[in-house]
Amino acid sequence: MDPADRRYTKDHEWVRVEGDHGTVGITDYAQKQLGDVVYVELPEAGRKLKEHETFGTVESVKAVSELFSPVAGEVTEANTALVQSPEALNADPYGKAWMIKVRLADAKAVDALMDAAAYQKYVESEAK
Amino acid sequence: MRKTPLNAAHRASGAKMVPFGGWDMPVEYSGLISEHMAVRKAAGLFDVSHMGEFEVEGPGALAFLQRTTANNVAKLVDGQAQYSAFPLANGAPLDDVIVYRRAADRYLLVVNAGNIEKDFRWLQEQGPQDVRLENKSDAYALLALQGPRAAEILQALTAFDLSGLKYYHFAETEVDSYSVTVSRTGYTGEDGFEIFVSPQLVEAFWKRLLDAGKEKGLVPAGLGARDTLRLEARMCLHGQDMDETTSLVEAGLGWIVSLDEAKGDFPGRAVLAEQKKNGPPRKLVGFEVTGRGIARHGYPVLVHDERVGEVTSGTYAPFLQKNIGLCYVPAARAAVGTELAVDIRERKVPARVVPTPFYKRPDKAAPTPATTVTTS
Repeated sequence: MDPADRRYTKDHEWVRVEGDHGTVGITDYAQKQLGDVVYVELPEAGRKLKEHETFGTVESVKAVSELFSPVAGEVTEANTALVQSPEALNADPYGKAWMIKVRLADAKAVDALMDAAAYQKYVESEAK
Repeated sequence: MRKTPLNAAHRASGAKMVPFGGWDMPVEYSGLISEHMAVRKAAGLFDVSHMGEFEVEGPGALAFLQRTTANNVAKLVDGQAQYSAFPLANGAPLDDVIVYRRAADRYLLVVNAGNIEKDFRWLQEQGPQDVRLENKSDAYALLALQGPRAAEILQALTAFDLSGLKYYHFAETEVDSYSVTVSRTGYTGEDGFEIFVSPQLVEAFWKRLLDAGKEKGLVPAGLGARDTLRLEARMCLHGQDMDETTSLVEAGLGWIVSLDEAKGDFPGRAVLAEQKKNGPPRKLVGFEVTGRGIARHGYPVLVHDERVGEVTSGTYAPFLQKNIGLCYVPAARAAVGTELAVDIRERKVPARVVPTPFYKRPDKAAPTPATTVTTS
């Protein structure tokens, strides 16, 4: 199941907040939809992101998908290990395959996103 | 959306389904990469029942096919198949096709699913004489059993000696009590078979094959793996790597164009003869992306910042673990080693023309009679 310690978007990204930082990735549902992931492109540290701005690309063998930031803020770190081993996204989307850490412009804004239960319902409705 | 007779079985098995050429088809079952690797190392079973089948029969059949296909049909013997194309006046293929000779006056044509209606109409327009031309696409289901262990898996289910069935030959026989036509052909770069079976029986036959091959590593494989496998083997996909604007010679298919006098005239013959003699203005080449990124269909291809063409097929190649593709370039830029760039989302990523096929199976000499196939 999707972890309860984070928030989710309709684009199937997640963000987990610790203090004034958020860690961002994509959901288990998203990686399953993509299939075998073979390429990940992430931004450099220092990049400023608006909410919903494109921050990177993930590609499976068959498909290209853009990544949308669930939060506004400044990228402090990108997961270079994931860029080296994109297949980690299929194995561990909520753990090792986090994508970026962001210094949040507004930590409270995250509360407007879906919690795990609401996201679960959203995915079920989308799958129909 | 059209469905093959296996549609319900695919859905029940949890396959991911996608629209393809008007058909609802399985793109993957367990995962594209694992299916691709299974075909390279053991075997995979594909439902390709969406492909079209035309029967061409009668005393005028050979003459009709000689003037509507590019290759020399007179070279076929009973039980032999031939890769060919329906040539247009500009030398481009309306479609590519496999011609099967069942008898001197009985042929079967297998065409691409998305082109069935177009091809059939075109053939009718060519004025068949003393020929019964029928679109029998709904009367055939078609499975492809592909991979280095395909022969071993199939041999265990039939008394017919598969070691005597050479590449591009076929036989009508029985496999585990099913009446089938087994053809040693495929679209993966591996040894393997395409098996025609009745649509009423195909679901039971599909399950029988999967059960029989399971412990030898056989898995169901989808259109996703079919596409990456055929691209590693540099087999063209009609509608992408060749279409009604690319000549057969440009596409690297000059070898299926017969200029034999006895064959006679066919659409595009003069253009194709000229290009075979003097070389085509552009060529379909294989490239490897040497920078970071995956080339995809439609991405621009550049030489020294000048746009020279676009990617016709591109992918991450699961067996080679490289990013590869095909594109048309001016003949002067087609030499192996030529440096290109692919515009990947407005980033110029270096690539290089490489020899093709990208992948060649290690035992390319096989299948040879008697020695390489073990019966169990």
